[in-house]
Amino acid sequence: MSVLIASKIQKNPKYLQLIKQRDTLSWTLSAIVCIMYFGFTLMIAFTPGILTQPIAADSVIPVGMLLGVGVIIASCILTGIYVFIANNTFDPIVNEIVREASK
Amino acid sequence: MKLAKSALLAIPAAAALFATQLSSAADAVVAAPAAVLAAVPAEVPINWHAIIMFVIFVGITLIITYVAATRTKTASDFYAAGRGVTGFQNGMAIAGDYMSAASFLGITALVYFNGFYGLIFSVGWLVGWPIILFLIAERLRNLGKYTYADVVSFRLKQGPVRTMAAVSSLIVVIWYLIGQAVGAGQLLHTLVPQVSYREAIVAVGGLIIIYVTFGGMKATTWVQIIKAGLLLGGASAMAFGVMAHEGFSFAKLFTDAVALHPKHMEIMKSVVKIGAKANPIESISLGLTLMFGTAGLPHILMRFFTVTDAKAARKSVLYGTCFIGYFYVLTFIIGFGAIVLVANNPEYVANISKSILDLKGGGSMPAIYLSHAVGGDYFLGFIAAVAFATILAVVSGLTLAGATAMSHDLYATVIMKGKATERQEVWVSKMCVIGLGIVAVLLGIAFEKQNVAYIVALTFSIAACTNFPVLVMSIFWRGLTTRGAIMAGYTGMIGSIVLLVLGPTIWTKILEMGPAIFPYDFPTFVVLPAVLIVAYVASVTDDSESAKLERAAYDAQLIRAETGLGAEEGAVSH
Repeated sequence: MSVLIASKIQKNPKYLQLIKQRDTLSWTLSAIVCIMYFGFTLMIAFTPGILTQPIAADSVIPVGMLLGVGVIIASCILTGIYVFIANNTFDPIVNEIVREASK
Repeated sequence: MKLAKSALLAIPAAAALFATQLSSAADAVVAAPAAVLAAVPAEVPINWHAIIMFVIFVGITLIITYVAATRTKTASDFYAAGRGVTGFQNGMAIAGDYMSAASFLGITALVYFNGFYGLIFSVGWLVGWPIILFLIAERLRNLGKYTYADVVSFRLKQGPVRTMAAVSSLIVVIWYLIGQAVGAGQLLHTLVPQVSYREAIVAVGGLIIIYVTFGGMKATTWVQIIKAGLLLGGASAMAFGVMAHEGFSFAKLFTDAVALHPKHMEIMKSVVKIGAKANPIESISLGLTLMFGTAGLPHILMRFFTVTDAKAARKSVLYGTCFIGYFYVLTFIIGFGAIVLVANNPEYVANISKSILDLKGGGSMPAIYLSHAVGGDYFLGFIAAVAFATILAVVSGLTLAGATAMSHDLYATVIMKGKATERQEVWVSKMCVIGLGIVAVLLGIAFEKQNVAYIVALTFSIAACTNFPVLVMSIFWRGLTTRGAIMAGYTGMIGSIVLLVLGPTIWTKILEMGPAIFPYDFPTFVVLPAVLIVAYVASVTDDSESAKLERAAYDAQLIRAETGLGAEEGAVSH
């Protein structure tokens, strides 16, 4: 990558906006995963009583089991959301930036 | 209580009936299903089912290795499969790397003995993946060539930074290898008692040396993909067998398991291991270790250099996460299924009057016996071969990652200062593969009788406290300098090792030195913040000329990380 292209990209407002958008998405989704998972972990540590409650009076299945499986499913969904946004929003912007810089 | 007792009697009877029906249907020739059990090695007939499956798998993988070898010409072919792997293929390979025999046999065994508790591990092992996707995967692909050290040293001083990264990679790889080798030896010896522990380990070492030296990353990736397919298929069939037995009702599965397990309702309340005390700090530290350790394993990070571009890297994490999440849900069903179908079954239990849970062949056997209970001898042979294949594939990936750290980071960059030719570098890498293979065999034999329970804690702690924070800081923080990265890296390594040695597992149980000086099994909650503080202080106070240049070089790094301009070219099609 030549210095010229680099300086062109750096002055491109689209590039600055891309970084901002992608960073916001990355860190927001990371924070959601951390809150979800460490929320689950903190419940194990401090309120195990809630996790071990059965989901219904006549069931042996505890609330914690649903939450645990829920965290697994939510992780898959969040990765899907990121990939969807990156494919449809970020990739076209990146292509545009690269095209404009190599003109 | 009366109800529980009658259920206790009825279920194993039904289970035994089901097992005999299935096994006789599947295999009319072998009259005694007990033939597979390894309780009395002198008298057991050879487990032909497992051996035939092993041989088929090894044969297929050797053909793949041959084909891969004819197509491996450049360093990029050898280290990164020519960068021609698609997102879906890499997703399978990632899942293959991650679904080790330890997590298949280990998590099912955790569930079998402790119930609900096993799920806590599964969750922790999965949540690292979204973080890898959001923060690391694409930027890693855009910045690096073959190792994560490429990325960390992108704008920092090559020599010291690569040395630090390679040392921490090698510590993780070698300890991980010991764990896998010991597991392979024990598993193969239990399944086919005619093969001794040592012979089993030597066989594993020999095979992986062949795969990796000849086939490089191409062979490793395809072995991984096939094994992931077999493991997902086999585990799905087992879970299906369990659910068919339970009338496709989760409520019935869990009710039956509670009725049968000696701890009854406890298995649904086990937020900590049954018999252990809840400890908030320990839970959080375990959580940090599992989550960030995943994102710092060198053989996992290396996978992202094999794909064509950042988009494929991104997709591969989505596929990988879904496969791994699905697999963990299966292991949970399999663990509970084993409580219903394997526990209290005299065919599998060592001494039923003593404990209805303790199995012949040891604590990692619930999944293996469940395959027999739902599918008879052939299915047991298949699952045993899959477990063996899993070890081979994971060991191959680890060995290649370790050899790459030695040849690409230490030899080519640190020792030869970038003057080595591609041919020399690959040759050194192959020698390192052979060396690491031999080291793994020797250490596996040396550790046969050792307690290796701390190995997961050790490898994941170092990955979580060294590789992960240093990598993320080098990508996201302009201020990181060589001094900061090096001091942080060594703080992570030394801190993790020292606190683990002073902890309850090594200090008290293995060294028998009395009460632990550091009372927690997972030191991450102390070491990770220390690493971040050290990196910050050492970088901010660094006002050398080179530090200024390193900070200034961040802009160019950022452009390449975000746009992929200048990134290693991927293969067009394969």
